[in-house]
Amino acid sequence: MSKKVISRLKKELGDKILETSDFRGDDCAVVGRKDWKAVAELLKSDPDLSMDHFVDITAVDYPEREPEAPRFDVLLMVRSMAKNHRVRIKTQVGETEELASLVGVWPGADWGEREIFDMFGIRFTDHPDLRRILMYEEFQGYPLRKDYPITKAQPLIPYREIEGIEKLPPFGPDEGQPWGRIDWQARLEDEDYQVSPALGVQLGQRPMLSKEPATETTVDDAAASSPTNEE
Amino acid sequence: MEPYYEDLEDEGSLELPSEPMRLNMGPSHPAMHGTIRMVLDLDGETVMNVDIQPGYLHRGFEKSCERGTWSQVFPYADRLNYVSPMLNNVGFALAVEKLIGLEVPERCTYYRTVLGELARICDHLTCNGATAMELGAFTPFLWLVKVRDWIWDILEQETGARLTHSFGRIGGMAKPPTEQLADTVLAIFPEVEHAMLESEKLLMKNRIFLDRTQNVGKLSQERAIAMGCTGVVLRSTGVDYDVRKANPYMFYDRFDFDVPVGHDGDNYDRFVCRFEELRQSIKIIRQALEQMPTSGPVNSPDVRYVFPEKEDVYNSIEGTIAHFKLVMEGLKPPKGEVYSFTEGGNGELGFFIVSDGSGTPYRVRCRPPCWYNLAACKEMLTGDMIADIIPTFGSINMIGGECDR
Repeated sequence: MSKKVISRLKKELGDKILETSDFRGDDCAVVGRKDWKAVAELLKSDPDLSMDHFVDITAVDYPEREPEAPRFDVLLMVRSMAKNHRVRIKTQVGETEELASLVGVWPGADWGEREIFDMFGIRFTDHPDLRRILMYEEFQGYPLRKDYPITKAQPLIPYREIEGIEKLPPFGPDEGQPWGRIDWQARLEDEDYQVSPALGVQLGQRPMLSKEPATETTVDDAAASSPTNEE
Repeated sequence: MEPYYEDLEDEGSLELPSEPMRLNMGPSHPAMHGTIRMVLDLDGETVMNVDIQPGYLHRGFEKSCERGTWSQVFPYADRLNYVSPMLNNVGFALAVEKLIGLEVPERCTYYRTVLGELARICDHLTCNGATAMELGAFTPFLWLVKVRDWIWDILEQETGARLTHSFGRIGGMAKPPTEQLADTVLAIFPEVEHAMLESEKLLMKNRIFLDRTQNVGKLSQERAIAMGCTGVVLRSTGVDYDVRKANPYMFYDRFDFDVPVGHDGDNYDRFVCRFEELRQSIKIIRQALEQMPTSGPVNSPDVRYVFPEKEDVYNSIEGTIAHFKLVMEGLKPPKGEVYSFTEGGNGELGFFIVSDGSGTPYRVRCRPPCWYNLAACKEMLTGDMIADIIPTFGSINMIGGECDR
């Protein structure tokens, strides 16, 4: 059905297609690591191919292949919405090598490449946001590599220190939050000067915000000290 | 309580913080279905940016598959999309059969179709019921879940389990269909249709429901295609891509059914598409039951891959040996790699499997439809209000087990 895709690719790219196969009707072409993005762009832009639908990107680990050949296979599967044909493109990537990211061609590759990075440790150049996605960032090792034992235990990680977060909402009673925590110690000692801002104004414990100059408002102060999560 | 700024003369002089507020939503939030964390950047109530973080239900499906036999994947596959486990069973069985090149008897394929479509009905009933419930309409949820429970009773009658059936086998099914299959299934359909109709009556003219779903969580057609969306999320944008029609597997080319599409790609379209697909599933099952042979084998006779009958195992040496080999060593597909895809509950459910010729899978990659639908969810949420997250996230039908695997 999609024999045309392979022959078209061969015609356009010639020697860049290293190998083709059609095991059980799945058309597959092997390309070099350096041609990865060029092939992807051709697949998407060529009017005869028009592979606009991103299907999947994944990897397979073959550690025994080293050092003669790179360790990982990365596989891209795409299909064409208009022509209803699909193809699988395969390349080989070594442990220390990087592969060009395809997020610019198909935005759907974003999470797929993040998952490959998370599970296999393959890095993608020019990926906008290459973080771990299923595992946490302190996770050690890459779980889908063959040399990662399935029974391996991970170390406990300490609490994350995030700058800019000193206190958690709800804020204290002095910050003008009507739902603030009640300081019972202060209240019992008759020093609790405010329950809610509105009540505070009524009791004469604090001025109206609107009567103060804008630069000195408590709203401003609250904004300056509000927690910003700088992860 | 008295209004705070009761005598505020000049509202313009009040300075509110201009930087976006960062809000953490989930993972322990009922609307995040317990497994997703969203870090929102809010401007007032408008979502400026959202970082969706999956992974809280990651159980290592792909890694676990690499240490058992091919048959031992089925219980794991059940737990991928646990709202429609039978579709995963069938999807994985088809993938391994494609790798082997194994044909199953006609009766088995029809049986898989019937059970799979029943699972799809359960999936869509749950999703639509939950979406309505999260918007405050509890009654449709109860009605739809009630009929889902009756469908589960049928699945229990057929498979012995209500939710995690583990009923698929490579080259067949665990058991042949029961005699009362057709009667019970056909008896349930009027109830399903009635519950759907009643729910639609409650929701489709409800101002609150319409306001919270129409033009909310929109996704454009081009973006949906490029983001890799499939299933209802893609079809709601107007693309008629259904694996059952585009690349018919099993006997879907023998059935007469339609692919419902939307045109706006909003929550309302996804909701209506799901209900319409339910009706098409009912149509498919009616035809499949009509065409299904009432007798004949369910399992392929190939002893290299299919478990022998229990009677043979206990009474003949050949059966005992075949059973022993299949249990201890596992079936041995030829060396190679295939990608097989079916229409799951949420879209294209693909299995990319690699065999090195041994009894253990070398690599099982599940292409979860939720994964790419959830990635596209970022575009649906950005620019909408914070309250719109609930219907939008509900209508993409993210299933944690399938998304995180």
